[in-house]
Amino acid sequence: MKELTVISGKGGTGKTSITAAFASLAENAVFADCDVDAADLHLILKPKIKKTMKFHGLKIASIDKDLCIDCKKCYDSCRFHAIDQNIDIIKGSCEGCSVCEYVCPVHAISMVDRDSGFAYISETRFGPMAHAVLNTAEEASGKLVTVVRNNAKNLAEEKQKDLIIIDGPPGIGCPVIASITGVDLVLIVTEPTLSAIHDLERVLGVAQHFHTPAVVCINKSSINAENTSKIEEYCKKNNILIVGKLPYDTTITQAMIHEQSIIEFSDSKLSQDISEMWNKILEALKQNG
Amino acid sequence: MIIAVASGKGGTGKTTVATNIALSIGNVQFFDCDVEEPNANIFLHATLKEHENVSVIIPEINKEKCDYCGKCSEFCVYNALAVVRQKILVFPELCHSCGGCELVCPKDAISWKERVVGKVEHGKTKDIDFYHGLLNVGEAQAIPVIKALKRKIDKKMNVVIDVPPGTSCPVIESIKGSDYCVLVTEPTPFGLHDLKLAVEVVRHMRIPFGVVINRDGIGDNRVEVYCKKEHITVLLKIPERQKIAFLYSKGIALANESHEWREMFGLVFNRIQDEVKK
Repeated sequence: MKELTVISGKGGTGKTSITAAFASLAENAVFADCDVDAADLHLILKPKIKKTMKFHGLKIASIDKDLCIDCKKCYDSCRFHAIDQNIDIIKGSCEGCSVCEYVCPVHAISMVDRDSGFAYISETRFGPMAHAVLNTAEEASGKLVTVVRNNAKNLAEEKQKDLIIIDGPPGIGCPVIASITGVDLVLIVTEPTLSAIHDLERVLGVAQHFHTPAVVCINKSSINAENTSKIEEYCKKNNILIVGKLPYDTTITQAMIHEQSIIEFSDSKLSQDISEMWNKILEALKQNG
Repeated sequence: MIIAVASGKGGTGKTTVATNIALSIGNVQFFDCDVEEPNANIFLHATLKEHENVSVIIPEINKEKCDYCGKCSEFCVYNALAVVRQKILVFPELCHSCGGCELVCPKDAISWKERVVGKVEHGKTKDIDFYHGLLNVGEAQAIPVIKALKRKIDKKMNVVIDVPPGTSCPVIESIKGSDYCVLVTEPTPFGLHDLKLAVEVVRHMRIPFGVVINRDGIGDNRVEVYCKKEHITVLLKIPERQKIAFLYSKGIALANESHEWREMFGLVFNRIQDEVKK
């Protein structure tokens, strides 16, 4: 079983629209939305939820005021400033380390589960899907990414699928690292803007840091031909394969509005280019691992 | 006044809105808190003269004192320590610097050392005091860099903060303490879905907010219908134009390109001031 993660560094370059297109092209795959902060893949794949699981991120301290003797040891020990002068827990600051529980001389503090969101196992018209929702202002999105990836792996084994396609988050931090570690191939979707080029270089650095092979897709390449050549030169110099150069085409937005992948919605040049790119990715997946 | 520019969905135009507001009002502090992928200076061109490392502390084990009892690794909820037979391993990227391992160590074998995870850079343009943070490649936690950045805020000045995408910890840390939040979205199903998430976050934080619709005309009118229903102020609509996308691709800010845009973003700022006074 192989894993492919679609990331971008910069947001809004087209990760999810391209992942949705791959979903309609893949023959025997499971889909995982690991952008748990702002998940959008379900808006196209329209999953029917089969199983819902509660997600507990980091634990949170809970203080029994009847037992508390107001010694302030917890207040003094908390490195996250998550306990105030009145010995109340500041929910948004607690990282669940349990130092307060340890230092409390009267056992007034216990660490309790916090409801941080939900993970889902679903079925879509293209195959099974693992996804999740992180509650507002919750932490531990990296941990939830790992839950989604594990769910996807179990689904793939159970349903005998040979590929997991992961829609990744933007950025280079914790959720991105959790989305790419150990996968067979990363597809980086970029666009010919100076911002995206800057972000491409950083996110490639992350892929290299974790020894994950990466290929690049230049989306909206017709916006700026000069920058598109810059990306091509950069990739050539660094020995990175460009698997697709897609035109700027607002049909992809129309497809989104109709809750369809671009492949389902139109047989435009963009759809053909994405199909060709998909074949190159399958080839690259064969070569890696 | 501190204005944070956020979005939920990435790539909707946060940096466009934040940089253009800053360029239009002048005499302002600017903080690019998207420390994973900071792009604002591509449009602002501040010469970065000062650099300051951002460090966190991680445990250092005194191997002579350690008897590999495993109490530290048992305590660490982040799995940043592992004891295997006569060996102890520290995984620096996983450590949250809570101090628990030192507390539980019966042999007093744990002390602390600094580890650099990123940096803060500072520079000036004619009327912008510019700061951005950079998380080192391979590092997981953006929060320490964002905190270091925000310590540079001068509350006497007008401040514009460019917030990272998403809705989790780095976003909350960036928005915290702001007087107003601008949520940038696009009129598409993805834009609307993520706008709703962002609205939940700012409502949860009790920060007044308004919306900028970028690439207006590309999709449908559901974002506007939603804003009307929820009584959310639409501060500005930026039309979908090839010209605007092209300028963006080259790192040219709209406010530097035409007087009209400068005025438009100036008006947005005035409107925000009025809303905050209310």
